Amino acid sequence: MDTPRVSRRLMLGIPLAAVAAGGIGFYALLERMRSGAYNPQEFNNPLVGHEVPDFTLPGVDGNQGFDRAALIARKRPVLVNFFASWCIPCVGEAPYLRAIAKSGLDIWGIAYQDKPGPLALYLAKYGNPYRRIASDLSGRVAINWGVYGVPESFLIAPGGMVRWHIAGPLVPEIIESQLKPALRRLS
Amino acid sequence: MIPTLGHFALALALAIAAAQAVIGLFGPMLRDRILLRAAPALAIAQFLMLGAAFAALVWAGVVSDFTVRNVAEFSSSTTPLFYRITGTWGNHDGSMLLWCLILSLCGATVGVFGTNIPSSLRSRVLGVLGLVSGGFLLFTLTVSDPFRRIWPPPLHGAGVNPILQDPGLAVHPPILYTGYVGFSIAFAFAVAALIEGRVDAAWGRWVRPWTLVSWVFLTAGICFGSLWSYYTLGWGGFWFWDPVENVALLPWLTGTALIHSAIVVEKREALKTWSVLLAIATFSLSLCGTFLVRSGLLNSVHAFAASPNQGLFILVLLALTIGGSLLLFAFRAPGLAATGVFAPVSREGALILNNIFLCVIAAVVFTGTMYPPFVDLLFGLQLSVGAPFYDQAVLPLTAPLILAMAVGPMLPWKRGAIGPALAKIWYGAVLALIVFAFVLFRGHAIAALGLAGAAWVIVGALVDLAERVRLFRVPPGQSFARLFTLPRAQVGAALGHLGFGVTVLGIAGMTLRVHTVTVLHPGQSVDLGGYRWTLDRISPAQGPNYQARRATITVTRHGRLVMTMRPERRFFTAQKVKTVAAAIRTNGVRNMFATFAGEDNSGGGEFRFNVHPFAPEIWLGGLIMALGGAISLSDRRFRVGAPVRSKLRKPAGSATV
Repeated sequence: MDTPRVSRRLMLGIPLAAVAAGGIGFYALLERMRSGAYNPQEFNNPLVGHEVPDFTLPGVDGNQGFDRAALIARKRPVLVNFFASWCIPCVGEAPYLRAIAKSGLDIWGIAYQDKPGPLALYLAKYGNPYRRIASDLSGRVAINWGVYGVPESFLIAPGGMVRWHIAGPLVPEIIESQLKPALRRLS
Repeated sequence: MIPTLGHFALALALAIAAAQAVIGLFGPMLRDRILLRAAPALAIAQFLMLGAAFAALVWAGVVSDFTVRNVAEFSSSTTPLFYRITGTWGNHDGSMLLWCLILSLCGATVGVFGTNIPSSLRSRVLGVLGLVSGGFLLFTLTVSDPFRRIWPPPLHGAGVNPILQDPGLAVHPPILYTGYVGFSIAFAFAVAALIEGRVDAAWGRWVRPWTLVSWVFLTAGICFGSLWSYYTLGWGGFWFWDPVENVALLPWLTGTALIHSAIVVEKREALKTWSVLLAIATFSLSLCGTFLVRSGLLNSVHAFAASPNQGLFILVLLALTIGGSLLLFAFRAPGLAATGVFAPVSREGALILNNIFLCVIAAVVFTGTMYPPFVDLLFGLQLSVGAPFYDQAVLPLTAPLILAMAVGPMLPWKRGAIGPALAKIWYGAVLALIVFAFVLFRGHAIAALGLAGAAWVIVGALVDLAERVRLFRVPPGQSFARLFTLPRAQVGAALGHLGFGVTVLGIAGMTLRVHTVTVLHPGQSVDLGGYRWTLDRISPAQGPNYQARRATITVTRHGRLVMTMRPERRFFTAQKVKTVAAAIRTNGVRNMFATFAGEDNSGGGEFRFNVHPFAPEIWLGGLIMALGGAISLSDRRFRVGAPVRSKLRKPAGSATV
């Protein structure tokens, strides 16, 4: 076979090579989606990979509040959950939060723009999975954390580093596919 | 009972598709006459089975059979009948079934109407279609089963996503899917031709009408989708470069290139390898469009929730379909030699130019769409590619396309000269320059360019038609008569170009839009775009399954009443979802747009008002393009099986083409 013919053959093989490369890339993406390392739908919080911002919030309804120092001082991971009694998806994630708390991961709640009265009713009705509940009445701390809406949860590593984040309710699918792998990576 | 029958029909369709693939592909090798005849019959049978399955699913939706998970999750007892029907394809599993139904319809159409195609080629085409169909039916049946049951059934279903509860959107997926899936026929022709190792003028003639049909549907589908996002989402934009929109645009771009390059194959037996590659690429892009978005790999507002497991299945299917065909291409394409030779300046040259620009635009859009996930994969960076990238990258590529578009049809085949072609459309150039200068003088550079381009293309298309009917050279009556005796493909082509020009006009006009966001209390008004918008009142209103707050706005110009607009905010009680129904009024050359964004405690409402000059032309142009395609499709050469018509009346001095 003469050279032009060989080069023509090679040229006509280019589409196949390109598609093969693309296919491998997509496979890698899918695998990373499965392991929870990649989520195209996610509005990634800029805090992930950084230390929690400075804040101090009072407790509410007899619960202990917390601040940045308390998160940094912890020796075990903690899940910080922004929620509100007026938030319907929060009701949806409440049973799963209880399950998470039972499995041994501490959850610290931040009640976003919520009044003590409705909050107490909410906790009485849907259970209280929280070790501490701080009140962010003005919503300013939520802004500093880059919260997109309630519910929203942050996994904080010992030392105060934000390791994982989810905007939206913690449902079993996400707990299994993302939260647990993230927790495993911490330990 | 009925859903079980549907499920069974679906399984039967899979078996038939498998038979169609095996017999279709291997029948021609055995040269068995009976086997050659089997493929069309199997294709029709497969369509009938899928039709039955689809009808069963629709039936389950109509009677609100909540034991079917698909119905329980996406329909409810309060949903109006129309949306109970359309809801069956408004979700992942149901839309998969619709997708397979249309694919089998394509096969059945080839089986019924493809009588002029040699039986071995037809058998192979149907075999390829059966293979593709079998793969996706297997997917539907195993991991995306629309007939999955739940027990105990819920009392009321969850209901249709309110945003999908819109007549435009309800009919949009079937049209768009027909466009996407229709390219499977061109794909099957390409693969069959590669198997046979022969691509000739006849291949170009067979493949073009099928491509044209899907192109017409895809054009209309994109048009509908854009119109829908324009009026439903209430943002006042018509194209957002969202991944879902991009993946619909990609096969449109390469499909447009294909219908042009297939002409060259048909007339001149050149560009054969290229056309085969385009046919494969167009359907591959359609597949990617339907499935990459579904797998959730691309971030989009339109994405269906799908698990990565389904994504993997789809990826394997895509790899087999696309990879397999390209492997075949790599081995067989070197044997396809071009026979027609031509000079760079010629009709063929112009068509190649068209192909180059369309494909480069497609490459740019493809890169922009795929860049974010791949950059994340390779470098761990998160970024998004937005409208500014596409606007800046696509505009400069569209400009030469527009320039060449008016000249191309004036050039003769084989060898031409730019001079005489330009001489024919000099008034187009003059008009474009006048428009450009006029708009530029008023301070809108981009709009000036766009409107001038639109004028150039529109005049070019009209001149093309006028030349062909010899307007002003023969008496007007004779010109008019010639319009009907012209080959319809030529009329269609001119209309297609005209429609494109009209769309460009609309898009350019949109750059001149004005809008305002304001809070109004009843009685207050605001001035925008030469109109005065006054809020009369905000009142409650009741819909079939939603409650609404309706604002009444009077629009006046120089004190005279122009119209009353009633935008709404709707609250769907079943799903607890709010949507915004914008009020849009059009007079054909500009749109008025009022959106009711919210209410405050003091009785005031927040409103967005828009005036969009030439906006209706965006979709009018799309429809003209689709119409052009349809007219071209009715050309006598394509009317399969039609007897040769005797010449009605030979016009004087007939020398066309």
